[in-house]
Amino acid sequence: MLRFIISRLGESALVLLVMSAVVYSLIGLMPGDPIDLMIGSNPSLTATDVARLRTLYGLDQPLYERYLNWLIAAVQGDFGYSRFYQRPVIEVIGPPLWHTTKLMGLAFLFSTTIALSLGIAAALSHGKWLDRIVNLMAFAGISIPVFWLALLLIVVFAVWLRWLPASGMQTIDGSGGPFDGLRYLILPVITLATAQTGRLARYMRSSMIEVMRMDYIRTARAKGVGQRRVVLRHALRNAMIPVVTVMAISFGSLFSGALVTETMFAQRGMGKTIYDSILGNDFNLALMALLFATLVTSLSNLVADLCYAWLDPRITME
Amino acid sequence: MNEIPEISRSVWSIRLSRLRTNGAAMSAFWLLVVMALLSLSAPLLEWALDFDATKTDLFNRYGPPSEQHLLGTDEAGRDVLARLMYGGRVSLAFGLVAALSAASIGTMIGVTAGYFGGRIDRLLMRITDGMIALPLLPLLIVLAAVDLRKLGLDEGTARDPATAFWRIVVIIAIVQWTTVARLVRASTLAVLGREYVMAAQAQGARAWHIMTVHILPNTVSPIIVACSLEIGTIILFESVLSFLGLGIMPPIPSWGNMLNNAQELIHQSPALAFYPGLLIFVTVIAVNFFGDGLQEAFDPRSDPR
Repeated sequence: MLRFIISRLGESALVLLVMSAVVYSLIGLMPGDPIDLMIGSNPSLTATDVARLRTLYGLDQPLYERYLNWLIAAVQGDFGYSRFYQRPVIEVIGPPLWHTTKLMGLAFLFSTTIALSLGIAAALSHGKWLDRIVNLMAFAGISIPVFWLALLLIVVFAVWLRWLPASGMQTIDGSGGPFDGLRYLILPVITLATAQTGRLARYMRSSMIEVMRMDYIRTARAKGVGQRRVVLRHALRNAMIPVVTVMAISFGSLFSGALVTETMFAQRGMGKTIYDSILGNDFNLALMALLFATLVTSLSNLVADLCYAWLDPRITME
Repeated sequence: MNEIPEISRSVWSIRLSRLRTNGAAMSAFWLLVVMALLSLSAPLLEWALDFDATKTDLFNRYGPPSEQHLLGTDEAGRDVLARLMYGGRVSLAFGLVAALSAASIGTMIGVTAGYFGGRIDRLLMRITDGMIALPLLPLLIVLAAVDLRKLGLDEGTARDPATAFWRIVVIIAIVQWTTVARLVRASTLAVLGREYVMAAQAQGARAWHIMTVHILPNTVSPIIVACSLEIGTIILFESVLSFLGLGIMPPIPSWGNMLNNAQELIHQSPALAFYPGLLIFVTVIAVNFFGDGLQEAFDPRSDPR
């Protein structure tokens, strides 16, 4: 087991390394390097100044050498400065990381609870109207454009009904009370959880339908086990196995959804930080935020694999 | 004895008739056909009601629905209905083209991994697994922000809206091939041990020949299914990239970039923010229902033995 975890962690490190190299080279291909931006904001720079600055920032070196320098510094914990915030990247990234963790955590919790219950309910009434409604809702959930859903929610709940704030992260004058921050999270969490709920409910439903046809379910029923116990003790554990895989893989999509959600509701989380920093040429920050996102999805996959082994003892980790 | 003709039906005709009995999938299919036809008839609408969808008219911004402009006009005084139809052409064509490109990449990778096995297989499948778990949207944003001039394209080509269209196709194909690759690999492995493949190998056929003539035809049905389900995801990706201002560029309209200034629109004219999103939603849900129907109809477990 320990060997498995260590080898998977090694793999995650490799993915991060590849990702950092790819993103670093892509950033080299983006319009405008830091010096161009300095020239733009300070017209009194002379050509000699520019050359000196390029040497100072190491921009006269070829790409792979710059990447190696970045990598050596990064391994020692120095991820460079954010151009926009004028502070070390690692400090800048803290608050957005915390915000996105809250957003994704809540969305994950809600979608899992709702999707599993709906999926099981639909499977048990396979072919009846409840099943059809759940199926239709699940399809709607995965098909609705995230930004458009956010728009609809803003129009209905913030503009028309005025129940909830349309954007931002807290009431500016601090008059919102102790649950102020939570009020700002309601619409984003609904937005983000919708697609995830649809995805999970579909998998839960089809997996449960398949398991309920198994011989051992029939045996359990023949023994006189009640419906509740058959579903929860005999069927659910096996039906969960494919669903857990989907839950793990879906962390990447959940993060993509968080990016759109944060942009729509003007909340400074990791997704919005990535978007803003790429468009604003804040490359150190963009690189770091992307690597963090990759790390989180990669670790969540590891957790899923461990759950997998726990659910199905036949799977060994060798 | 009158059941004999039943047996001689080909597997494809059986699958097709299975698809025909699926009400949801068939209505989704016809809905998509109607959407495509409506999108194609945009010039007809312009001709019938006598206007030009590309002409801006700043005296008629946010015009209400009228006899000439059935759904009103947008922030630049252009006809909303015609723009929706032209946007539909772009969004639908984009979904098809990008899904096919992604599927071709996936097919090549899947067949290669399955046929050669061993190290190549392990490497390719590791890459596939890694790609599946990645947060794709941030990666797409990075790819979309790359300056084409630094890749050696000249100024004019790099700024051309048509280049922007194809660049997004390429970007999506680069990240969206994984599902097809996995499925194709699995079906390659399934036919690899068959007699006709071994016979071809014994006769000294080249790997390329075996892959294209003997293996690929057997992977067609998973490719079709995966491709049709992928179109929905791809249309959603295109719309969000265009919405963020990194996808298909104006003046080419797409449903995504028509919502580009949606936050402004919801105060000015909520209907303008409503239509394009609704069309994306309806299209994607139809694509998904149809793809799901295909998957059921093409499932080999329900084929007659």
